[in-house]
Amino acid sequence: MAIIETKNLTYTYPGATKPSIRDVSLTIEKGEFVILTGPSGCGKTTLCRCFNGLIPNFYNGQLEGELTVAGLKVIEHPIYKMAQRVGLVFQNPENQLFALSVEKDVAFGLENLGVPRDEMRKRVDWALQMTGIEELRERAPHELSGGQQQRVAIASVLAMQPNIMVFDEPTSFLDPLGAQKIFEVINDLNKKLGVTVILVEHRLDLASKYADHVVIMDDGKIVLNGKPAEIFNSETARLIGVGIPKATLLWQLLQEKGIKLGGVPTSSEEAARLLRERLKT
Amino acid sequence: MIEVKDVHFTYPTAEPEVEALKGISLNIRNGEFVAIMGQNGAGKTTLVKQFNGLLKPTKGEVLVDGVRTRDISIAQLARKVGFVFQNPDHQLFSETVEEEIAFALRNFGFKEATLKRRVTWALNLLDLTEYRQTSPFMLSGGERKRVALASVLAWNPKVVILDEPTIGQDHRQKEILRQFIVQMNAQGKTVVIVTHDVEFVAECSPRVVLMAQGQIVADGDAKRILTNPDIALRASIVPPQITQIFLGLADLGLPTDVIDVSEAKKVLLEYLERR
Amino acid sequence: MSVFEGFRFRHVSSPIHRRDPRVKFLYVLVMFIVAVMFTELPVLLVLFLLQIPFVLVAGVQRQWLRSLRGAMFLVTFLFVFNLIFGYISPGTTPYGMSPLEYAFAMALRFLVLVESFSIFFLTTSPDHLSLALEQSHVPYEFTFAFTTAVRFVPVLAEEAQTIMDAQKARGLELEKGNFMKRIRNYIPILIPLIVSAIRRSLELAEAMESRGWGASKKRTNLYVLKMKEGDFMLILISIILLVTAIYIRYFVHLPTFTMLLPK
Repeated sequence: MAIIETKNLTYTYPGATKPSIRDVSLTIEKGEFVILTGPSGCGKTTLCRCFNGLIPNFYNGQLEGELTVAGLKVIEHPIYKMAQRVGLVFQNPENQLFALSVEKDVAFGLENLGVPRDEMRKRVDWALQMTGIEELRERAPHELSGGQQQRVAIASVLAMQPNIMVFDEPTSFLDPLGAQKIFEVINDLNKKLGVTVILVEHRLDLASKYADHVVIMDDGKIVLNGKPAEIFNSETARLIGVGIPKATLLWQLLQEKGIKLGGVPTSSEEAARLLRERLKT
Repeated sequence: MIEVKDVHFTYPTAEPEVEALKGISLNIRNGEFVAIMGQNGAGKTTLVKQFNGLLKPTKGEVLVDGVRTRDISIAQLARKVGFVFQNPDHQLFSETVEEEIAFALRNFGFKEATLKRRVTWALNLLDLTEYRQTSPFMLSGGERKRVALASVLAWNPKVVILDEPTIGQDHRQKEILRQFIVQMNAQGKTVVIVTHDVEFVAECSPRVVLMAQGQIVADGDAKRILTNPDIALRASIVPPQITQIFLGLADLGLPTDVIDVSEAKKVLLEYLERR
Repeated sequence: MSVFEGFRFRHVSSPIHRRDPRVKFLYVLVMFIVAVMFTELPVLLVLFLLQIPFVLVAGVQRQWLRSLRGAMFLVTFLFVFNLIFGYISPGTTPYGMSPLEYAFAMALRFLVLVESFSIFFLTTSPDHLSLALEQSHVPYEFTFAFTTAVRFVPVLAEEAQTIMDAQKARGLELEKGNFMKRIRNYIPILIPLIVSAIRRSLELAEAMESRGWGASKKRTNLYVLKMKEGDFMLILISIILLVTAIYIRYFVHLPTFTMLLPK
């Protein structure tokens, strides 16, 4: 069942000479883990902001085409209505945390919605638990590491219990270990809670193993859309300059030399597994 | 070029007081290409800020070109040691890109004629000539990073330090950056990059100085250090993807010190041939 | 910046810290009123000494003393000013006080005010304060602006330092040059700071909207301030203080030191 459906979506920022996204038509099924990637400036951030209504309600500008998210036509509803179904986690952890304690930050969205105190308590505790940061509950955001801050941001969005969560390059400011932890948290949300995940990322080496759907954009348009293995393997991906996982690159090089493996790996674990099978025969 | 002699450092305003650098000793020779690596918080930036005098050791000495950093001003050190900060927006303030690049040159007292030449040269080098009269605030993120880099290279420092240059860059931008850095180094500049991007380092193979919790955990060849799982564990870093594949195949008798895709292909083909 | 240290909240707990901020504010207000009601030195001295048990119970002696130190400059200025004024125009001091006593009294009054505010801020977390504001029906926009500002103070301070470092690394020498040049030296620091602040507010606004800002007219709160016995005690103390002060003011004839001196 499609949870996000766009048809010929085109958007131009106010004052811009050309659209940031053009004719974007995309279907995302409920429960999918989607990776959205492409070179800088390709429109992925713009597309994310359409999903929860920041475009066009916050940014104004011209939005054409159709966009239905979680059963609602986005242009017909205020952002706070969309926010209850689509959560958005941004790149810079520092600028998403307002309160003076982690707990209060996680509760922020619920307070805005007017959720009664008892229910709020329960949801805050649950969100802190799901993101593994219960012991940080009374800390001030400024004292936390980037990775911890990002988890607080995720918890604050999760507390609103959205069906979809969009992550716009959430690990940009984190080191690889910190990034891995965040991907694991996101994966848990997808696999354990059934939240539909859209992850915008450049670090495909670390993230692609979790995805079942990959979308690549370039210059405002969708150029590739499908399963990870076939996308990363395509010539187009290489030409656009997307950093395809090293495991897939190795597979391509071996393929050229006539060495066949049981499948197309996108992660190092998968590559090791497939190579092991091949090398043992 | 840069000598670090048993340097200890504690931030004066930190509560509680924690030693950010616990006895670092290191020598960087003229023309070297060094990557200071480690987790966030390991002390990499703290160390590197000692090189241009922004921070002075609490104990121990840092010498640049034989002169103690304590004995000269930051401006004097900056003339020799250029520092490109992680976020270009912390530097950009001028009305035009030209002005921005000229800023440091003016501070260092360059004569107007030389200044003009240097600005043109730097604009050319970083492919920014078309933006000469543009406001830096109008440029994209990647372009602003180039302006920041150009404004440092303009005064031709002997050493260039880049603090986390790969953050927020896409694959292609990283490729271009990598080639640029290698070229700078080939032309004789001492280049120091501070980074946690293991894949980036794996592709340019500099000398690696790996830090963890304020100390140097390993210092030497990139390949040797990045493929060692014990060192990786101690410094909490993730080995390159290719290395991870080979670490997973170690029991089959394959070598584990592979960091490069082409090398990986070669090794695997040889292995298959031998059987 | 040590005078600010005398006002900064720290994560400690004490009977004073735990008091409802609204009640503490009432106490400070009473202090204010009483201090203004009296010019007599003995009374002001008593008021000043009355703070000390609170400081000790709260355990904030060190910071409190620092705020005292910080206020000394203004206190001395007030003293000298009133002294000079008193001697220049004799007969203007109330109750026939000598100018010296009057100057002391003014200085002491100021000190009492500063010190009671200091205790308030030292023992009230910004969180608590914003909660008190909210429950006092201050519109949420203001409380939010206040909390967010406090939350970002350390972030901005760090950023200012980074920007200074970045520009120093390009040869900027802040201390060089004449007065005008020195002011202009700060432009490369102010502009990135301001631009960054603008960018930050945009990102914050995006995040706020994405978390349902404005969804409900009746905003709820995770925490609630409940008054406990200690709070009622403090209210009682404040009321007693106020009543006693009014009584003394209108019904008791207080001597000033000037009058007590042998003629």
